[in-house]
Amino acid sequence: MGERAGRDAARTRLNCNRRARGKQPVRECTFIAYPCKLSALQLASTFVSGMPRSEPELVVTENDSPHVHAAFRGDWVQGQACESFDTFRQRLQGRQLTQLTIDGAQLGQWDSILMAFLLQCFNYCREAGIEFQAQGLPPGAQRLLDVATAVPPHTTDESAGKSRWSALDPGELWRSITGSLSESLGFIGEMALALGRLALGRANTRMVDFRHFCYQAGPDAFAIISLTSVLVGMILGYLGAAQLRQFGAEIYVADLVVIGMLREMGVLMTAVVMAGRTGAAYAAQLGTMQTNEEIDAITTMGVSPMEFLVLPRLLALVVIMPLLTVYANLLGMIGGGLVAAGMGVAPAQYIEQGQGALSLTHLWVGVFKSVVFALLIAVAGCRAGINSGRSSAAVGEAATAAVVTAIVYLIISDAAINILFQQLGI
Amino acid sequence: MSVAETQACIRVRDLTMAYGSFVLQSELTFDVNRGDIFVIMGGSGCGKSTLLKHMLGLVTPREGDILYGQESFFRASDARRESMRRGWGITYQSGGLFSAMTLQENVALPLQLYTAFRPGEVADIVAYKLSLVGLGGYQDFYPSQISGGMRKRAAMARAIALDPEVLFFDEPSAGLDPISSRLMDDLIVELKESIGATVVMVTHELPSIFAIANNSVYLDNRTRTMIAYGNPRELREHSEQPVVRQFLSRSAALDIDEESA
Repeated sequence: MGERAGRDAARTRLNCNRRARGKQPVRECTFIAYPCKLSALQLASTFVSGMPRSEPELVVTENDSPHVHAAFRGDWVQGQACESFDTFRQRLQGRQLTQLTIDGAQLGQWDSILMAFLLQCFNYCREAGIEFQAQGLPPGAQRLLDVATAVPPHTTDESAGKSRWSALDPGELWRSITGSLSESLGFIGEMALALGRLALGRANTRMVDFRHFCYQAGPDAFAIISLTSVLVGMILGYLGAAQLRQFGAEIYVADLVVIGMLREMGVLMTAVVMAGRTGAAYAAQLGTMQTNEEIDAITTMGVSPMEFLVLPRLLALVVIMPLLTVYANLLGMIGGGLVAAGMGVAPAQYIEQGQGALSLTHLWVGVFKSVVFALLIAVAGCRAGINSGRSSAAVGEAATAAVVTAIVYLIISDAAINILFQQLGI
Repeated sequence: MSVAETQACIRVRDLTMAYGSFVLQSELTFDVNRGDIFVIMGGSGCGKSTLLKHMLGLVTPREGDILYGQESFFRASDARRESMRRGWGITYQSGGLFSAMTLQENVALPLQLYTAFRPGEVADIVAYKLSLVGLGGYQDFYPSQISGGMRKRAAMARAIALDPEVLFFDEPSAGLDPISSRLMDDLIVELKESIGATVVMVTHELPSIFAIANNSVYLDNRTRTMIAYGNPRELREHSEQPVVRQFLSRSAALDIDEESA
């Protein structure tokens, strides 16, 4: 009972401290479970008087023998100037200690601070081969000490830990690069095999999933794709009109917008939006499935996660991306037309001029790119998800990695395709 | 035992729990006394975990009230609720440890948030709390690096970090082997005895119910209300409800149907 009241007082003290520090907004002191023990009046008096506390101290009896007797006096609670174990250990150093006796007979109030101290004493004695004895401790403290010392502490192998500088070690760096490269190759190879099995009709890919992901990637994305492509068309229009006006050639805005949207901007903007929207979603879904052991479950059912999880997502994106790209192209051209109209090019003129610039080749270039981009986004997303670690932080990292790698892939492959087509004269 | 010692710590009054139009349980009225190890029992899907969520204030009751001491949790102000919650230690079914933090950081978090301990003291106390649950030396491990049973114990270390007055455990020993499960029971009793906490837990583990619980409530799936309340050992022998005796003695469903027919 007395011990409990002590703990209550400790809590009161704690709340007072907090007020004084201004760390937390002022809140009333609370004793939800002990309304009977401390009335509001008692509480108030506790506040005013601050409840007398006796200084905690640890009296070590010097009897020049290898047996040291250390007695606790006073209150070993939070907020008191309790001796830390390190200081105590220093006091013990230099003696040929064979037995340490801890005496708690004169101990006042106590809390976890005392217990943490006792545990350190115990572990120190165990390591150094000193006999540890505790006497006169309050029954609660003795029981807690017994529980806490029942299992010897786990020791980790120090050499197993990675050093902080390992990331800068060239050998380590090379291993990590080749590791991730071979992992990517492995993923792509496995995916190609799964695609082959799908073509032969032997893959465990469900049509339902495919349709679901088509819907998720397509119609659900209309709004955002509409917004971005109209705006990109307008930006292209402004950019061109401002320059072309200097030559009195505003009419060529139509060529610029049509060719720019079809070959480049329509597909690239769609791909960036899809990388952020769908690629990240794939990584998060698969990462969470990894955390929940769903991927293990699928594997042990004898189904390849590649066929069951990755293929429907990949195929859905490959089917939907070209459609979204064509849609984006159309809206982009309309956006460019709006700007051109504002610059004094009549809609009829814009359409007439645009038709001249429009060719199937440009359209196919964009659509071809969209298929490549779709593959890259799906691979980046699914790979990050499948290889994700099993924690909430790892899922977050997977989603980030999916978007970042997808965008890097997009830019690099776009540049490569442009150079290729330039050389081929397409 | 003094009067104070047996006073009700949590009072549930005419509680009705519902999701939408689906009433899960109604007219629940019982007390959890100070120092009790109180078990919420019942078949699967009867609302045990939901009842626990109501007691934790995570879900607002459809009707009725839950009183802590003399005070209603749901009618209290936000600041008051927060301070009530500070007196609770909770473990969740799957642990609820923060997976992006090491065990050290997990257990240290409540100490850093709500106490004025110095950083060195926090580290010592975390080491002590982890030792209490048998995980001394595992400070730098992430929850994903340790086994399921260890995660449950680590969650318990976090729950007792602030020496709470009430401990809530959702299926503390589910999924543990019999030896670990027994150790978990011992640990709960030791914690209760030494820090003087009240324990409320949801569990199906009959051995642990009989070993440590001294009070319980049985939620029935069919009638959608509580049909038994009291010490589970007495309920096993003397409950008027055949289904409760069946649950507690783990007998086949057959004799129940015969009795109720």
